[in-house]
Order: sequence, then C-alpha cells, then structure tokens
Amino acid sequence: MTARPTSEPAIQVQGLEKSYQKLHVLRGVDFDVARGSIFALLGSNGAGKTTVVKILATLLKADAGMASVDGFDVARQPADVRESISLTGQFAAVDEILSGRENLVLIAQLRHLKDPGRIADDLLERFGLTDAAARRVSTYSGGMRRRLDIAMSLIGNPPVIFLDEPTTGLDPQARIEVWNSVKKLAGQGTTVLLTTQYLDEAEQLADRIAILHKGRIIVNDTLAELKKLLPPAKVEYIEKQPTLEDVFLALVGEDSNGSAEN
Amino acid sequence: MATTHFTGDTAVLLGRSLRHVTRSPDTIITTAIMPIAIMVLFVYVFGGAINTDSVSYVNYMLPGILLITIASGVSYTAFRLFNDMKSGIFERFQSLPIARSGVLWGHVLTSLVANLISLVIVVGVAFLMGFRTGAGFLAWLAVTGILVLFTLALTWIAVIPGLVAKSADGATAFSYPLILLPFISSAFVPTGTMPGPVRAFAEHQPVTSIVNAIRDLFAQRPVGTDIWIALTWCVAILIVAYLVAMVLYRRRIS
Repeated sequence: MTARPTSEPAIQVQGLEKSYQKLHVLRGVDFDVARGSIFALLGSNGAGKTTVVKILATLLKADAGMASVDGFDVARQPADVRESISLTGQFAAVDEILSGRENLVLIAQLRHLKDPGRIADDLLERFGLTDAAARRVSTYSGGMRRRLDIAMSLIGNPPVIFLDEPTTGLDPQARIEVWNSVKKLAGQGTTVLLTTQYLDEAEQLADRIAILHKGRIIVNDTLAELKKLLPPAKVEYIEKQPTLEDVFLALVGEDSNGSAEN
Repeated sequence: MATTHFTGDTAVLLGRSLRHVTRSPDTIITTAIMPIAIMVLFVYVFGGAINTDSVSYVNYMLPGILLITIASGVSYTAFRLFNDMKSGIFERFQSLPIARSGVLWGHVLTSLVANLISLVIVVGVAFLMGFRTGAGFLAWLAVTGILVLFTLALTWIAVIPGLVAKSADGATAFSYPLILLPFISSAFVPTGTMPGPVRAFAEHQPVTSIVNAIRDLFAQRPVGTDIWIALTWCVAILIVAYLVAMVLYRRRIS
C-alpha cells in the first residue's frame, strides 16, 4: 500500500511465477501500470504474455508472487477483480450465432446493468456497427468482429481493460480502427494493458512498454527512454519510399472518421 | 455473494443458449429423426417377428425410443459447451462478475428444454403409428418426471466431454454407447430370450428398469419395484456425473 491511495497503480505485479508441467513460463515478473495509462507487454510468441493476462483476469492461478488489479488481490479477491476488469482475448470472443446487438445486450445483462438495450445501441453507434446490429456475427468481417469484441469489453465502464493481441489477424485498416478505439479509451481514463507482438503497435499506442522475454521483464520504460538504450541516432539522408502499407491505405482510402481525429 | 446473481445469470445464459437451439432447429429435428427412424424400422420391419404377448409393438418399444431420443439429444450439450470453450466466449463469461456455475446450468437447462421438445415430437409420431395409452394425468406426470431426471443425468454426463474434449467429434462421441444401451435391455425384446451373461447385464443395467417403469405407467399396471430402481439409477448417475463435472469445471477455471 502506498501513502497516497489515489495514485496507487491500477495494476501491480510482483514476483509472478507460473509453470505448466515442466515448462517454466513466468520466472518472476514484476511491473506496475499507472492509472489511465496504456501499457504494452511486448514479446514473441510463447513469451508468456497471455499467461500474465489470464492470471490478472482471474482465469489462472499463479504459482508464486502477487498481483493486484484496481487495488484487489487477484488470488484473494477474484470477485472484486472481475467487477473492475474486462478481458478481450486473443481470438474475438463473440457469439457467432447471435446478432451484434444481442451480444452486447447479453454482456450488459451479465454485468447486471440497467437498460441493456440502450447500452447496446450506444456502443453500436460508437463503433460504427449500427447498420450491422441485427445481423448474425457469423456474417461479420474480421475487423467488425474485433470492434464488437472491444465494444463488449467496454460495457459497464470497467476501470481496467486487458487486450490480448487485439490486432492479430486484422487487415491494416481494421488495425487502425482498433488503435483509435484504444486511444479513445485511455483518453477517458481507462487503464489499458495490451499485449502485442507488433513493435509498431506498442510504439503507436503505449505510454510505457515492457518486454517480456524468457519469463522475465527485461526492460520497462517509455518509448523515448527505450530509444536511448540504443546507439545515438545518426543523421542520414535517404529517399523515403512509401511502405506497402502506405500504398495500400492510399489506394483503398483510410477510414474517414477514424483517422481524422489523430 | 455470487449466489445472489445465480438465478438471474443462469436465466440470461439459458436464453442465449436457447437462441442457439431455435436458430439451428435442425438440432431438435435430428435429435428426433433417428429415434423415429428406429421406431419405424422396428414397428414395420422387425416388430412382426418379435413376440410381445398381447401388447402392440409400438406400445412395447416406445419407452426405449424415448430414452434413445434423450441419449442422442444430450450430445448437442457437449457440442455447444465445447464450442464455447474453444471460441473464447467461455473465458469472457468467466472474467465477468457472474455466478460461475451459471455458465454450466444455462447449458444443462437448455438441454432439458430441447430434449422435452424432441420427446413431444417423438410421442406425437408414435401416436400416428398407433401408440395408445389409457394413462391418466398422474401416470403422465410420473413418466415426465422420470424422463426429466434421466435427461438431467445424461446431460451432466455430457458436460464432462464438453469440458475436456480436444475436438468437436470427441466431445459428442460419448453418446454412441448411451444410444446403444437400450438395445441391450428390455426396450426392444424381452430379456428372457437372451443368453445368460447378456441377459444378466440387460436385466441389471439402468435402461431396463426405467423402460419397465415407463411401460407399466403407460399400460396402467402397478409399477412395482422397477420405478424405485429406475429413480435410484437416475439420481445416482445424476449425482456422480454432477460431482465429476463440477470438479473438472473448477479445475478448468482454476
């Protein structure tokens, strides 16, 4: 406990360890996430990012160490933690047989909120899914599914949101849509912990970046500080070729309302 | 604390799962079609050669057909639960502040509703094929009670592969032996003609006592001890399957 509870970190992780049989996935993970910030946990496949998220979301028990979310211990107060969080897993966890609106209403009901229908309609509007509201999710594109998935995570305005590889498998436009949604969230004071294997995603979004490697956090800093770890910048004059992503976005046209705000 | 939400959460999840059923009504139809096909086959092809004394064959075999209907229907519970586990929506539910066992109860109650609809369809077809009973309200109530208990018992068995299976095929394969059990019982032929060891098995497995109890209720005969043996089997299977499923579920959600 710190002397000033209001500035207490939204997420605190100390000495977290987890093994699956003989595989020692987490070997003592420590980090804090400040309230209202975006924290990126970077790591290659199998580095243990999802394991960290599952422990914080009370889906998995740690072997050792402690973790707290919004001031609640994940092992001893899991019900309180669940009141404070929402989880968006690696694969869009949406109900394919229900419509987009029904998915949102379902989560609002399970969070015991008043007027689930209105909450659903608001979110459909915010995420540009109003036209597709009544369609079954099985007919949605990957980007629409992801947007619905994130919309479902926002129901009840949980103060802490976990996004586990939110843009894996999405096309460039859908990635930008997701990034915009995440930035908006943090702008409203929500704490976001996201895992990613894309360096540019961490660079675009995160206030702080930690690299998880072989079960430990090897660096944890702001992007500006991380850049200082490397040799000083050299000035070179090079012709800047457009990347294929620039070409792609120029040809298909960026999402008009999304990119305008950034 | 969580129990205050149990009923409401279960009702919401039941509603969700029932929508899955109504949006793929084939799950109810296919559940009903196989037992109806077996019934047609036995009544019009094999039945004439089976001596059931003075009882019409459709009357004789309907109880066994009803149990086959349930045995094939519960495999959809394993299938739907497996899909929830695989798609990640299961984890989403578990990370919500809900009564956690509500996730399973939603599936179990859906199975009960879907199977009762299938049973009504099968009984309707049996009536068209000449099934007749003078059973009164209480006898029907008793039959319904046994079938509900049997459905709950088999559904909790179905929850186990739904939680642990590695593939959808694996999740539903458990139902085949359950579907076959009525064939080695008094459901289609009297056990008296079977060779010793088979007969011993047939007469001491749960289906025989359940079939005999339902048959007696339909025929307005005194049910004797069969109904108590039948109820004991159903309750025992229900309790064991429920406990095993709950242990696996707790381990799964850790």
